[in-house]
Amino acid sequence: MNTVTAPARPALAQLPRRKPARPVRLWVLRAPISRRARVVLMVCSVLVPLVAWVAVAATGVVSESFLPSPAAVVSAGWEMAQSGQLATDTWASVQRILIGFGLAIVVSTPLGLAMGSFQAGQALFEPIVGLLRYLPASAFIPLLTIWLGIGEPSKWMLLFIGTVFFNTLMTADAVRQVPRALIDVSYTLGARRGEVLRKVVVPHALPGMIDAVRVNAAAAWNFVVVAELINSQEGLGYRIARSQRFLASDRIFAVLIVIAVIGLAIDILLRVLRDRIGRWV
Amino acid sequence: MTLLSLTGVGMRYGGFTALDDISLEVAAGEFVCLVGASGSGKSTLLSLIAGLTMPTSGFIALSGTPVTGPGPDRGLVFQSGAVYPFRTVERNVAFGLELLGLPKAEQQRRVDWYLAETGLTALRGKLPKQLSGGQRQRVAIARALACEPEVLLLDEPFGALDVQTKEDMQLFIRRVWQDTGTTVLMVTHDVEEAVFLGQRVVVLACDPGRVAADLPVDLPMDRDLTVKRAPAFLELRARVEDQVRAFHHSSAEPFAAQP
Repeated sequence: MNTVTAPARPALAQLPRRKPARPVRLWVLRAPISRRARVVLMVCSVLVPLVAWVAVAATGVVSESFLPSPAAVVSAGWEMAQSGQLATDTWASVQRILIGFGLAIVVSTPLGLAMGSFQAGQALFEPIVGLLRYLPASAFIPLLTIWLGIGEPSKWMLLFIGTVFFNTLMTADAVRQVPRALIDVSYTLGARRGEVLRKVVVPHALPGMIDAVRVNAAAAWNFVVVAELINSQEGLGYRIARSQRFLASDRIFAVLIVIAVIGLAIDILLRVLRDRIGRWV
Repeated sequence: MTLLSLTGVGMRYGGFTALDDISLEVAAGEFVCLVGASGSGKSTLLSLIAGLTMPTSGFIALSGTPVTGPGPDRGLVFQSGAVYPFRTVERNVAFGLELLGLPKAEQQRRVDWYLAETGLTALRGKLPKQLSGGQRQRVAIARALACEPEVLLLDEPFGALDVQTKEDMQLFIRRVWQDTGTTVLMVTHDVEEAVFLGQRVVVLACDPGRVAADLPVDLPMDRDLTVKRAPAFLELRARVEDQVRAFHHSSAEPFAAQP
């Protein structure tokens, strides 16, 4: 029997071993990062643009009326706050949101509940709501002015149109998340349809409904500014439009910061509410 | 005394027959297990008895009264448990009593008893997300029992549990059955479980679902897990398994059943 024998293995030096790759810490998919890294990144997120702004303004390559310095913005904001103008404008805008967006919530919640709970509701409302939501709300401004004049109602309606359809669909989605078994088991425990809706569907969908409101509150905040840019006597959007006439971009910046801060505050507030009510999630 | 009777119950979806001519009687206080492979329509049958769906033919009656819809006289427990995630253990168990508008003190007294019976007293303030799978099933069972059902319908209630928990729950449900005297009709695909728990094992054939065999379980009333190793248990388990396997295939396919 022929066997092939390999030539004897020459005396080879031991292969060098590479050090194991250092574990990646920061950019591991979905992995948690250290607390310090998170804080540093979060601070950078705000600080880098701010520093860039300060630097550009300090060099003076851009004119003041294009890009005001942070100091100018702060003093413009302070001045507006002192005169009470800022408070008046903010309240005017907030009031419009409370009415317009509030009305949208009042209408969209039962509508979404009906769409999410009943196939008949779905069949009845889904086509029209699905269609209407693609109409840009801003395109309604001229029509709303014809219908309702230039006063408050046309602004409320713009907010309403801009948010009601999305809030309806998102509410319906939250309602559809209620497991079928939960509804069935409620009937076997003796619940009637209304009781199932009240005691099972609504409590289960509530965190999702609050989330829908949170997302659409941002849209409402957008639309109130749009509404006030045209035909308005007060409000944060009006203040921006008016400041533009005087090339007072420092004031525009100040108002934008106020809008951002209030928007963020609303978002955090609704998040806290959602987490409190949805403790069970 | 017959508590639950099914007479020629059939269920068709379009051209598909899920259940065909099922006749079955369950006596008050009995523990009956329905076994069958998937596709035998055993869950469908349970939802018909619960009244969540109506049969396309035949007749279901509870104590002689026809079943026309769901109600607390037929408590149902799903495999998923379907406990209310937004209610604490205690408030889950109280759900049916709340609907009856019982006074708070009376509700509390009843809830307390069922919590104690199901070993949940210490967990009464917990939310379902804080519970294990077995604990959640116990909540679902306690919630159904609190309504004092004539019959407790269990739809593969331990199917998603690990083996050890499952055996604990089997002992648990036997004890609860003996303590409360409630009639139990349980659906499972686990033959060992069916033989261990039931006084009777009903085998459902597949495609269409129909009663293939109805076997009495001749085992002592007081059973612990060692029964599962007794020759009489193993022999019956093998017989039921053969039945399930034989009727797993469509009626069109010739497949000899082992007697």
